[in-house]
Amino acid sequence: MMHLTNPLLLAVILINFFTLGSARLGACIRGVALQGALLALLPLLIHGFSGHAILLALGAFCLKGVLIPWMLLRAIREVRIRREVEPLIGFVPTLIFGALTTSGAFLFADFLPLVHEHREGLFVPTALATMFAGFLLLITRRKAITQVLGYLMLENGIFIIGVLLSEALPLMVEAGVLLDLLVGVFVMGIVMHQINREFTSLSTQRLSALKE
Amino acid sequence: MLELLVIFPLIVAAVSVPVSNYQVRSWLLPFGSGVHLLLSILLCRGYFPEINRWIGLDALSRLVLIVTSLLFFSCALYAVAYLNLRRDRGNRVMVPCLLVFLSAMTLATVARHLGLMWMAVEATTISSAPLIYYNRNRLSLEATWKYLLICSVGIALAMLGMLFVAYAALGGGAPVSLQFDLLLGGATTLSKPWLHAGFVFLLIGFGTKMGLAPLHTWKPDAYGEAPGLVGALLAGGLTSVAFLAILRGVQLMTAAGDGDMARQALLGMGLLSLLLASVFMVRQQDIKRMLAYSSVEHMGLLAIGVGIGGMATFGAMLHLINNALTKGGLFLAAGNIQRAFASKRLSEVRGALKALPVSGPLFLAGFLAITGSPPFGPFLSEFTILRGTFISGHMLLGMLILIFLSIVFIGMGATVLAATQGEPEQKDSGFKDHFLLYFSPLVLLLLILLIGVYIPASLQNALQQAADLLEVRP
Repeated sequence: MMHLTNPLLLAVILINFFTLGSARLGACIRGVALQGALLALLPLLIHGFSGHAILLALGAFCLKGVLIPWMLLRAIREVRIRREVEPLIGFVPTLIFGALTTSGAFLFADFLPLVHEHREGLFVPTALATMFAGFLLLITRRKAITQVLGYLMLENGIFIIGVLLSEALPLMVEAGVLLDLLVGVFVMGIVMHQINREFTSLSTQRLSALKE
Repeated sequence: MLELLVIFPLIVAAVSVPVSNYQVRSWLLPFGSGVHLLLSILLCRGYFPEINRWIGLDALSRLVLIVTSLLFFSCALYAVAYLNLRRDRGNRVMVPCLLVFLSAMTLATVARHLGLMWMAVEATTISSAPLIYYNRNRLSLEATWKYLLICSVGIALAMLGMLFVAYAALGGGAPVSLQFDLLLGGATTLSKPWLHAGFVFLLIGFGTKMGLAPLHTWKPDAYGEAPGLVGALLAGGLTSVAFLAILRGVQLMTAAGDGDMARQALLGMGLLSLLLASVFMVRQQDIKRMLAYSSVEHMGLLAIGVGIGGMATFGAMLHLINNALTKGGLFLAAGNIQRAFASKRLSEVRGALKALPVSGPLFLAGFLAITGSPPFGPFLSEFTILRGTFISGHMLLGMLILIFLSIVFIGMGATVLAATQGEPEQKDSGFKDHFLLYFSPLVLLLLILLIGVYIPASLQNALQQAADLLEVRP
């Protein structure tokens, strides 16, 4: 089933661009959810239907594809925010940056001393590109919720590398990592709610009183 | 028994949720952490030895475990009186979060599996976020958001570093595992480029958590807005745990024969931390932010100590204890001062010595201790680090450290003296120095004084063993 991995990873890269270029928060959240759900298939495609892979896929699908997006969608419904307005860097420049970092990731991955079986696939370049896209979201957006999405995307990129190495990580640790992610986003959601109540806006630009 | 050490605070946290009596819930803190401290001491003295793939104690983790447990216990005693003053804010969130935080710190300390350690460190971030947000105002909200986001991203990068270490094992043909003893055993077979990349990301990730410059930006905000006792736990306990995580990386690099590279990276970041901290500490108008920058400075000293190696590593181990206990005492005393003046800014805080007959002098003594004045413990450890620096031939580096330390002394002195000297403005906030509120910082500073005067042979041995662990070469 390895031949299915490349289209899947290409879809992941396309979702990166979609999220970087979209102003509607709901669409962004759904994009990241779809990305998480697609990546949850990855362990099955690489390692086959072993118990470990099935549990990992199931856990990742439930958390990254369903539970966390549901929490975030509920959050934007509560605070009644639809769009990301005035990002620090406009949508077109972010897309260009995204294109540059993605091509950079592909070039860079060629130089990495990868083991033989990982040299052919798109795993490492996709992982790098997704991490960079996550960072771009974190840096260039003002809304707290988009920053959380950036963090999730960064985690998605790391997840790809984690799947390659899933024999190094016992199931208990993987479950713990996913649980930490869930609780982390949950706490971020609560803080976002408080930001909205306190400032009647979800923009982190208001969070600038603390400085030297 | 080691499992119990991690689980027990969790049980007490679960018990504290349904408890309805305010006082009883507060007293669960000293109860839980008192048992934790007792168990830690027994475990470190070698009772109940055990072998486990997941958790275990070595000289380094013993040191960090005892320090964090002791600090937590003294903060818990302080917390009872503090929470009594803050009935308006309540302790329904504070108490369970503090206990979960203790459990997570313990797990991160005793973990023998890099994945488990990562999980626990991430759990400390999540459980301490509500603690920073305790005051529920705009400023603490901002600090919490920055802390949560920056540290989560940092920890995510540490995860990447960990995976790179696993990849190094895969590339080197060794059995792929993140179990620390297996990794150490097969360190020489690890693929070098991936190991280096892994160490760099571990350093960035856990360095964010520890607050090494230039990754310290969340620190002044979080320490400044969190209650004094949370600041004490973050600056004394959590930083030590994060430092331990970095030391695991150093151990691995040294075992693989690349210790020098790891040490150089630590030296660079340590020196930058000293530089930035000394710059921002001059004319600092906020006593808690000043303490946060002082924490950055001491993280830099720890990194430099390990970076130099040899005698300086021993100094760094001693400094870990000194920094944790002194910072704890200072933050608690600063918390009392903030209560009394209803402010932590120099424009309002004046004459703390007169207004607070015990906490004021404690704050002043803590300042002298942390800047390395004899006869307190930090003098001894900073002196050892400096001696190690000069003996190993790093003349320029030693001079730079001395210059930065003197700038810090002058900068911090100006702020602390302005806050403590003079006549307090007549403004009665109804706060009086209370025995339980100055007992903990007093004990912590007395301990620091004791370490400065006399180091028992057993402590000396423990420190030497910890330092030796970092020097095991292939």
